[in-house]
Amino acid sequence: MDSNKNFVVGIYEDEDVLLHAVEQIRDKGVHIHEVYSPFPVHGLEDALGYRRTRLPIASFMFGITGTILALFTQTWMLGYDWPMDIGGKDFASLPPFIPVTFEFTVLLSAFGMVITFLIVSDMKPYKWPRQFDVRSTDDKHVMAVDLAANKLSKDDLSRILKDSGASEVNEKNF
Amino acid sequence: MIAEEKYDFKPETKRKIIILGAVGLLLFVLGVFMTMRAGGGHEGGHEKHASTEISKNLTASVAPIIQEEHQNHEANAESHQAHPTWLKRIYASLWQNNIFFTGIGIIGLFFIAIQYASQAAWSVPVKRIPLAIGHWIPVAGVITLVLWFVVKEDLFHWTHSNLYVQGEHFDKAINGKSGFFFWPMAAGTFPLFFIFRMIVFFGLWYLFFTWIKKEMLEEDLDGDIKHFYTARKFSAIFLVIFAVSSSVAAWDWIMSIDTHWFSTMFGWYVFASWWVTGLAVITLIVAYLKDAGYLKMVNGNHLHDLGKFIWAFSIFWTYIWFSAFLLIYYANIPEETVYYITRMRNAPYSWIFYANLILNFVLPFMLLMTRDAKRQVAMLKVVCPIIIVGHWFDFFNMITPGVMHHEGGLGFLEIGTAMVFGSIFLYVVLSALSKVQLVAKHHPFMEESLNHHI
Repeated sequence: MDSNKNFVVGIYEDEDVLLHAVEQIRDKGVHIHEVYSPFPVHGLEDALGYRRTRLPIASFMFGITGTILALFTQTWMLGYDWPMDIGGKDFASLPPFIPVTFEFTVLLSAFGMVITFLIVSDMKPYKWPRQFDVRSTDDKHVMAVDLAANKLSKDDLSRILKDSGASEVNEKNF
Repeated sequence: MIAEEKYDFKPETKRKIIILGAVGLLLFVLGVFMTMRAGGGHEGGHEKHASTEISKNLTASVAPIIQEEHQNHEANAESHQAHPTWLKRIYASLWQNNIFFTGIGIIGLFFIAIQYASQAAWSVPVKRIPLAIGHWIPVAGVITLVLWFVVKEDLFHWTHSNLYVQGEHFDKAINGKSGFFFWPMAAGTFPLFFIFRMIVFFGLWYLFFTWIKKEMLEEDLDGDIKHFYTARKFSAIFLVIFAVSSSVAAWDWIMSIDTHWFSTMFGWYVFASWWVTGLAVITLIVAYLKDAGYLKMVNGNHLHDLGKFIWAFSIFWTYIWFSAFLLIYYANIPEETVYYITRMRNAPYSWIFYANLILNFVLPFMLLMTRDAKRQVAMLKVVCPIIIVGHWFDFFNMITPGVMHHEGGLGFLEIGTAMVFGSIFLYVVLSALSKVQLVAKHHPFMEESLNHHI
């Protein structure tokens, strides 16, 4: 592994302390690389200043693709390509198409959303994620600060993290 | 932490509501005169026109039953010449508005019951608004009971006693259902079971309303946690009762107008319509209170939850609507399709039939889809009125076609009735709202609700 990426890693015990720490540290102009927590912490994205995800827009696009595709396919198949008399209904009648259209909309929307998410977050088979501290999968909140992205020295950053309530501050190189 | 806050029902607001009612009354009278004039000489012509239209449009399989319905209807019209079209229109309109607003009233209590039973925290600051809406229940009970005896001849075909006597008007299908209305009396006499249900439903709803309200208000005074538990217990019992009573009420008060027709989904359908309307009314009142400077602790997160509720249950209503429609459309059994044929092939029901889907599904679905839309008062103030109007049309199409058949109309008369009902409803609700604290003082979930974040 290349060791040109150096991080200062703060460990937090409590999510309230963490939230305030994130606010304090960002107020000091420090750029936070990422925060890992064992459970969702409400308000953390806001505190970190993340832009809202655009996943719903992608989901809508996939969904509407499904709607159009399903309606088109059924109309073309049952109405033109191979007309079948089902219960004396019109060949291309809307009501019986709706359940299939609905299901296909949901299917495309869900699959599309999951696949988009995997691509955007760069999750693929055989990719081993960087772990700053394995305890973030158990009971600790972990904050990673990239040294290269900040002008402050390692010691200054460690002190800022310690002051903000971190129970311990480690170094991690990748 | 929480400021003592009370809604001030200003004389200015009162005046506006009274003006709304007065304009409604004016439109109503105007509408009645217009209907009287229009209905004078054309009635015969209308009938003729309608029957040719029908025989032209209908497929062979549905025609016989329509003919039969039509003859029944004509036979009825003969035996009840005393009631002209305009009077029947007034009755249909009054009954429709009564059922519509009854639903909103009972949904006020249902909303609170759900919040208690699910121990929801987010809704704590807005719970006094459904409580105020619940004050409509006793008013609705009185109106329903009195109005039913006025309108029964014209609205409820099954009240005609000649249907149960062997002879020209004998109706086997209705006779088979007579126990549901008349038990334990003889068929065609006094509908004891029906009236008994009406009184029991309103009685139970009112009883649970007063019990839950008492706990909510006493909690303000002493802050004892036991009020929360008692209210939760009452809420759970009420929800079970409401599940049954709302369904049966829908059969009784709406479905029995089209006495021959039945749908097992109908109770759910009416409930869905009531529920989403009630949510829209609650949200609209919250939005207006926020604009007037009340309810400071209600922020985007609480509005988001209300918006999600409305959005989700607009879809739920559509799902129920479509489930009922698709099966009847596909099975194509004449005695079932007749319900939709009446509504899809006669003006004004036909355009309301399609407008219904646009107002109650397409528009709310599209407008409230994004997160930002649900969090903004401005957008909620656009969508909620659409839903309220849309479901008013929904109830119009449930009730009027079965009463008026081909003579139905939508004009000043119907709009005027709705405005009069709406203004009385608003007056009752807002004056109830102004009598108690706008926000619960010692609710155990208050702190959690203030920090609500989604």
